[in-house]
Amino acid sequence: MSSEIKLIREDGRRLDGRLPDELRPIKIEVGVLKRADGSCYFELGKNKVIAAVYGPRELHPRHAQDARRAVVRFRYNMAPFSVEERRRPGPDRRSVEISKVSREALEPVIITEYYPRAAIDIFVEVLESDAGTRTAGINAASVALADAGIPMKGLVSAVAVGKIDGQIVLDLTSEEDQHGEMDMPVAMVTRTNTITLLQMDGRVTMEEFEKALDLAVAGCRRIYELQRKALIEKYSESRTEEIP
Amino acid sequence: MSEVLDEIRKDYLFNLVRKGRRIDGRAFKDFRELRVKTNVISKAEGSAWVELGQTEVLVGVKLQPGEPYPDTPDKGVMITNAELVPLASPTFEPGPPDENGIELARVVDRGIRESGAIDLEKLCIEEGEKVWIIFIDVHVLNHDGNLMDASALGAIASLMTAKIPCERYGLGDDEPLPVRDSPVSVTAVDIAGEILIDPNLYEESAASCRLTVISNADGSISAMQKGGIGGLSPEKTKDAVKMCVESAKEIRDKVLRGLKPT
Repeated sequence: MSSEIKLIREDGRRLDGRLPDELRPIKIEVGVLKRADGSCYFELGKNKVIAAVYGPRELHPRHAQDARRAVVRFRYNMAPFSVEERRRPGPDRRSVEISKVSREALEPVIITEYYPRAAIDIFVEVLESDAGTRTAGINAASVALADAGIPMKGLVSAVAVGKIDGQIVLDLTSEEDQHGEMDMPVAMVTRTNTITLLQMDGRVTMEEFEKALDLAVAGCRRIYELQRKALIEKYSESRTEEIP
Repeated sequence: MSEVLDEIRKDYLFNLVRKGRRIDGRAFKDFRELRVKTNVISKAEGSAWVELGQTEVLVGVKLQPGEPYPDTPDKGVMITNAELVPLASPTFEPGPPDENGIELARVVDRGIRESGAIDLEKLCIEEGEKVWIIFIDVHVLNHDGNLMDASALGAIASLMTAKIPCERYGLGDDEPLPVRDSPVSVTAVDIAGEILIDPNLYEESAASCRLTVISNADGSISAMQKGGIGGLSPEKTKDAVKMCVESAKEIRDKVLRGLKPT
């Protein structure tokens, strides 16, 4: 995976003008879907994802129920038009894996013990993709869970870090991911300082890994502030609405 | 009933770990007894039967000529698949791979691919037309925990002992598969706040989370995957990764050193 093209310019900035530790622009909208119990639209640079939460609700089939807690289900799905070359609809191996790790990133904060035998369903649709869709999906889903009023121990925030031109940088674009040397998506619960998603592929030394992890933690903290702000804005807005 | 037993066992494991002990008497950083037999399937170009305690995994590598991917016309292709066959555990069911099987295959694949262990450029027969396709098939035979490490080890051991079947396809003499590195997967779990290496099935089900780290001969890391409903602090994550890389060195020296095609 050696890069033939330069990903960091002479002035130390990246091809899109960002500094190594800079995030792409983020836009968060809470409660965008009418039918869902909670929802969130999330933009990270060119990534556009939408998350919906349904539940707690009855879980079918019954043998899948857990007598002690709610079952959390997560579906990550990419729209056929979200990528350069049309993607065949339906789950592939990549999205099955992403669904699993995303669920495991979010479930630690959900107080599932409150809803035995129930299901909490999280759906993430990727509308446009430019590297970092799983982290965008987790960010959106976390806000959607809060919007649905699901009892949680904290918000989950996620971001990817990577290595390009030998340098550790925050929040890779797909160009950087393709030509870079490493990609590491991380999710964490800022309130409890817990990492709930960690994946990595590439090739790095231990020192580089530690540096990357620190950068990811800093990135997650910044995203957490934005998620919090979006939720506060949404709910202070509805409190002032007049009752007809 | 089994749920009650699970809870009791979990309690027992937690108490043991708090006293610095494990259910099978190992130290926290110890692997179970590990045995790797290579060339066990003569029809396969490479194969390895891995026993990790009671966990048993058979990995077979097959090679055949085929078309390259359009974006890498001069590179061989590597495809990894894992089957959690029902004979391996009462909880495995027949049918297409579920998320656990898919995750297993994808993590094993990433470790080998990202380490650059296989020189895919050397597997080009005719640019844009014909390249060697490597199929790595993981067949789980007995699930007693830590399928990830057993499968990854079986995969690299099979590849290191594999031959390219040139003769069968009229492409000259058989040659050894070009393998340049030896990625080793080590999995750790968190039980009662302690990091334990190579969890057995009981430990796996009691653990709050799991971290798999695949590292190479030079100590670099080529893949990681966290699993399970739980998390680790950044500091503890770094400690766990260090432990995994240390363990990988031992495993590499013990099992992979000197492996080559017969």
